[in-house]
Amino acid sequence: MSVPAVLALADGTIFRGQSIGAKGNTTGEVVFNTALTGYQEILTDPSYARQIVTLTCPHIGNTGATPEDLESTQIYAAGLVIRDLPPRASNWRASESLGEFLERGRVVAIAGIDTRRLTRILRETGAQAGCIMTGEQVDTAAAVKAARRFPGLKGMDLAKVVTAKRSFQWNEGTVWPESSRAPIRSHQRLHVVAYDFGIKRNILRLLADFGCRLTVVPAQTSAEEALALAPDGIFLSNGPGDPEPCDYAITATRKFLETDIPVFGICLGHQILGLACGARTMKMKFGHHGANHPVQDLDSGRVFITSQNHGFAVDETTLPANVRATHRSLFDGSLQGLALEDRPAFGFQGHPEASPGPHDMKPLFERFNHLMLRRLQTQLRQAEELARRQSQTAVR
Amino acid sequence: MKRTDIQSILIIGAGPIIIGQACEFDYSGAQACKALKEEGYRVILVNSNPATIMTDPGMADAIYIEPVNWRTVARIIEKERPDALLPTMGGQTALNTALDLVREGVLEKHGVELIAASRAAIDMAEDRELFRNAMREIGLETPHSQIARSLEEALSIAGEIGYPVVIRPSFTLGGSGGGIAYNREELEDIVARGLDASPTSEVLLEESVIGWKEFEMEVVRDHKDNCIIVCSIENLDPMGVHTGDSITVAPALTLTDKEYQRMRDASIAVLRKIGVDTGGSNVQFAVNPRDGRLLVIEMNPRVSRSSALASKATGFPIAKIAAKLAVGYTLDELKNDITGGATPASFEPSIDYVVTKVPRFTFEKFPAANDRLTTQMKSVGEVMAIGRTFQESLQKALRGLETGLDGLSPILKLPLDEDGQTKLAYELRAPGADRLLYAADAFRAGWSFERIAELTRIDPWFLAQIEDLIAEERRIGAEGFGALSAERLRLLKRKGFSDSRLGRLLDMPEKAVRAKRHDLGIRPVYKRVDTCAGEFATSTAYLYSTYEEECEAQPTGRRKIMILGGGPNRIGQGIEFDYCCVHAALSLREDGFETIMVNCNPETVSTDYDTSDRLYFEPLTLEDVLEVLAKEQPEGVIVQFGGQTPLKLSRALEEAGAPIIGTSPDSIDVAEDRERFQALVRRLGLKQPANATARTEDQAVVLAREVGFPLVVRPSYVLGGRAMEIVFNEEDLRTYMGHAVQVSNDSPVLLDRFLDVAIEVDVDAVCDGEEVLIGGIMEHVEQAGVHSGDSGCCLPPNSLSAEIQESLRDQTRRLAKALSVVGLMNVQFAIQNGVIYVLEVNPRASRTVPFVSKATGLPLAKIAARVMTGRTLRDQRATASTVPPYYSVKEAVFPFIKFPESDPILGPEMKSTGEVMGTGRTFGEAYAKAQTASGVTLPRKGVCFISVRDRDKTGAVGLARRLIARGFEVVATEGTAQALTEAGIACRRVNKVREGRPHVVDMIKNDEIDLIVNTTEGKLAIRESNSIRREAVHHRVTYYTTLAAGLATCEALDHLDEVEVNRLQDLHQEALTG
Repeated sequence: MSVPAVLALADGTIFRGQSIGAKGNTTGEVVFNTALTGYQEILTDPSYARQIVTLTCPHIGNTGATPEDLESTQIYAAGLVIRDLPPRASNWRASESLGEFLERGRVVAIAGIDTRRLTRILRETGAQAGCIMTGEQVDTAAAVKAARRFPGLKGMDLAKVVTAKRSFQWNEGTVWPESSRAPIRSHQRLHVVAYDFGIKRNILRLLADFGCRLTVVPAQTSAEEALALAPDGIFLSNGPGDPEPCDYAITATRKFLETDIPVFGICLGHQILGLACGARTMKMKFGHHGANHPVQDLDSGRVFITSQNHGFAVDETTLPANVRATHRSLFDGSLQGLALEDRPAFGFQGHPEASPGPHDMKPLFERFNHLMLRRLQTQLRQAEELARRQSQTAVR
Repeated sequence: MKRTDIQSILIIGAGPIIIGQACEFDYSGAQACKALKEEGYRVILVNSNPATIMTDPGMADAIYIEPVNWRTVARIIEKERPDALLPTMGGQTALNTALDLVREGVLEKHGVELIAASRAAIDMAEDRELFRNAMREIGLETPHSQIARSLEEALSIAGEIGYPVVIRPSFTLGGSGGGIAYNREELEDIVARGLDASPTSEVLLEESVIGWKEFEMEVVRDHKDNCIIVCSIENLDPMGVHTGDSITVAPALTLTDKEYQRMRDASIAVLRKIGVDTGGSNVQFAVNPRDGRLLVIEMNPRVSRSSALASKATGFPIAKIAAKLAVGYTLDELKNDITGGATPASFEPSIDYVVTKVPRFTFEKFPAANDRLTTQMKSVGEVMAIGRTFQESLQKALRGLETGLDGLSPILKLPLDEDGQTKLAYELRAPGADRLLYAADAFRAGWSFERIAELTRIDPWFLAQIEDLIAEERRIGAEGFGALSAERLRLLKRKGFSDSRLGRLLDMPEKAVRAKRHDLGIRPVYKRVDTCAGEFATSTAYLYSTYEEECEAQPTGRRKIMILGGGPNRIGQGIEFDYCCVHAALSLREDGFETIMVNCNPETVSTDYDTSDRLYFEPLTLEDVLEVLAKEQPEGVIVQFGGQTPLKLSRALEEAGAPIIGTSPDSIDVAEDRERFQALVRRLGLKQPANATARTEDQAVVLAREVGFPLVVRPSYVLGGRAMEIVFNEEDLRTYMGHAVQVSNDSPVLLDRFLDVAIEVDVDAVCDGEEVLIGGIMEHVEQAGVHSGDSGCCLPPNSLSAEIQESLRDQTRRLAKALSVVGLMNVQFAIQNGVIYVLEVNPRASRTVPFVSKATGLPLAKIAARVMTGRTLRDQRATASTVPPYYSVKEAVFPFIKFPESDPILGPEMKSTGEVMGTGRTFGEAYAKAQTASGVTLPRKGVCFISVRDRDKTGAVGLARRLIARGFEVVATEGTAQALTEAGIACRRVNKVREGRPHVVDMIKNDEIDLIVNTTEGKLAIRESNSIRREAVHHRVTYYTTLAAGLATCEALDHLDEVEVNRLQDLHQEALTG
């Protein structure tokens, strides 16, 4: 028989359903995500640390779980809320069911509740703290209390928590065939130092597809240490929590911006880039979590459907003069992309690496690649120029 | 930005409803017309289908109910001089017509720009070879295939492709002569047959992807190359069954994100490659369930049936947006109406429910037809249901089908005997209309999951859901009614079990289950379809029921009228009734009522979220309707407009206290009850054919002697002439009684004296209880005996005297008043030797209401809806009927080409799927247009084959004379030839099939015959002449099975060249003043 479970919100709302994951309790900020596919990627995205994810798509677990679709080494979401876990998963790549995957990851999850009502509440009140408790006789008052004890994400530095403990190399490209075109492999291996604030594997895979050799470094790696690795580019990853307390990363980024090394930031990395430039960030009401968000490229006017997962945003009105807005959300007009006018640095708020979500923004990786190559070419030209002058001097 | 360099746009409609092209194109065309008018363009529309909303006078500035072919459209272009042509809203018909216009240089000559899709794009999407090459160029795979012209060639190709191989003979009807070969031996066999069957001696060998998963993506693109996926659709029935015949769900349920995104990328790449400039397209994929290999199957560079489904499934109005993109807008410039404009149209809808579409078949109408589902579509309609889970939405869809199911109803008797086992295995492997029910039965019979999965190749995800439902059913039965707790009942309702299904499983009346459910406080809530899974608030009341915690219906306190729609299309009940429902909604909305639509047909205009104030996308069952009523508490409910579907519910609704408005149920009962009606007819001094009502076979035989043969026999309470037959003797009657009484258990069989060689007439009228508005008198082309829905008809009558017409009006008025009709009424008369007989009275919307409205300009359905809310005809200034000074002819359109094995003879059982209308100054001209519009090519000269039953011999003489006068040569079979020769008419005698070769069928096969008039009666004669009609269909020889139609054709032949195109608004002006 299924074990009952309860989801309590800080405002006292109680939902009753069944436990579909590990037994026990969990608390976190309750958010909803409207993506129709990619629950495994969502669960293992470190950006969801301390968040209880509600998936609005009613059937979750249809395709089971496969090691190929992990975005990190483990489930980071604090809990999962869904409407229905189907009796059987079906997919040729599946190696286990979602229930097994959750239990193995010791993640508490609830099914069978009116997730649309929950979404409506979150839409109206904003993201709230919540608590899932499983068991025959759940003390709902205790659950509400536990929810209320959750401190919230504002001011919380989680990048420090989820980051890799030591640096490592990454060379693996996309594991599963992409249909639109074969990956472009550069003959030259560009070296990218990627700051891990909670990095998703697909970012690493796509960078590798574009011919990069990657050194993934812990969040608190100093600029000096990073620069000592002689990078062709610096990548600032996505990650959970509030960007403001990440002063170490903001300081390091400021130093990178003093060099000519290209910098690319995604999500939290984009916010850190913004903060490093002197802009401000703010907490959003319930954030953007989904795979259907239209973002407009302000230069071309083109619209891209993007994957989004953020609760904080860079305030466009605080951008300094040397930083321009490059993308904006067509849902709420919030800032989605920025670029420095005087440096090869840019950031994107959504998730160009998708996984889950549409691949529309993949060209941003190409842009980063292009910036790195251009810098190399410039250096090469300068070196040639120098060599020519030297040889001329020698002749003379 | 909106284009200002064009001012007028021509839209081509899809023509009549046929299998594969139904009222979804009324939905798309109507949306396109509205969208472009809203932008201030002058919109010109051509569509031959009068039953559409899009051909309503207000929908476009100039409407042409004319045949949809390039010649006619060229005339319209000459007359209207549009700046642009939008070809993507009218299905394949519109695309083909547009291509013809390009090819014939018409567009170039008149400087008309083709917008939304270029000729090159259409060609690349349509031509198999071009398409395959294009896909290869962008790195996408299509199934391997190659043409073979000999057995040797076939063997070598099969070696390359690998077995199993699908063999498709080229240019054969319904893919006959094809098959699947699993080995060399079978291949040799099938290829030999196929080469023989193919007129070009070619067969296509194709890699078999039967059993692969099948998906569709609905893509929209604007001219700045912004692309969005509106919806993904997954077919529960794997590859091998046409998607129109498959049960489909949205969103796709069994894809991981990686697989889904790969398909998304591929869809967009296909659109870009094909070069669809703007608008909606549909791309179909097959996925190998074993390794995920992705194949592109095809793409439609236009709005399609799937777009209609996707629009209804997501709330994203694809056709409307596509129309606006075609005139220069980009997606980000357009608003998403459903979120009240809070978000732009440039996003991808996310949905938090499951949509299930189930096709509706009518194989019972075509007994000889091959009822296995293949890659050729055979269904005539569909139902869509929305639920929070697949189980809920599937069970809702099944009960919305109105085929007597209230869920996964059992179909086989358990335990299975040996025949049952064989039958079950066959039904699972070779899908027919009820495969899913058989799958459920297989679980009931204890078959293993693996076996069922292997036989059906349905994805295990879906099968597990079915397995779970059957396990649940077993538990319900075992636990019993008493044990049904609130918690348990709630769980069952969440899985979509209807009260009726629960009742059956518990052996309790549905009512008792409902009473208990209400006692336990378990009621559905209504959630909104909002395109965004709740991320944004919505002001649009597009609702579906489910069993959850929070209700979002928020009913208002306004004065409101609820309209019950017609459910899925089927033969006998189609778009005409949707037209009436939409008119009711529009007129009452104008009058200040809040209108509430309840319907479950995704193809229709009535299920557009902006047709009514509120839309409940719900099955039209008593349970579902009662719950909406309880939530909304309307002051009136209209059941008269949606055909038989809502009418069937009216008694139960009334019992439950529903405020049904219009003609009282008692009056309806008088019209439907034989005895009461007979008394009424007598009281009014009118005449009826002799008749009787029989409840047993023996009683029928006795009564038949009194009434006299021939007899029209039918079960009571049927629409579309289901199981209606003409019997000529006692033996036929006994056979029929054995068969028909089974058809409808407890309803008696009605016997009517068949009025032979009588002219049938339909009259549509509106009555407010006091006064009567005669909408129009329609004289049938075919004589009595052919179902009125299958018969051509003419308005005003072309042969009836003024005196007879006046008498028909008078009788109609008297009947209406005597029945105290409030609303619409249809009377069928037959006139034999100058005597008028009343055949039946239907105090409700009839199939001909839209035709009459288009022919006369009188918006009958609107007038009637207002009458039903208490506004008199006088108040509406609608007491004067108009008799137009031109002729309008309605002609029926048949699906015989899709059912090559069935006999295309017309009779009392309705078989047509749609209708067209032609207008003209003479009957002949109007009839010629109607024939052309219905797809019949009238031969200008050549050989006419005449073979008629004895009673038609005299008439045949006249027919032959006229044909000869028009340059035809006549050939005839023995009896007919003799009659003609005796009358001094030159004719050639030809063998009947049983008389030896060469016979008439040989002549048809050799293309030696251009026109056929073949009338026949009696079981034996019908069977014998069947091959003539079948071959005529096969070889596309124009044929008629009634003498009347043959005679009408003679008149039409005189008008093939002088065809004028008529703007509907101008005709209506004439009708008003003339």
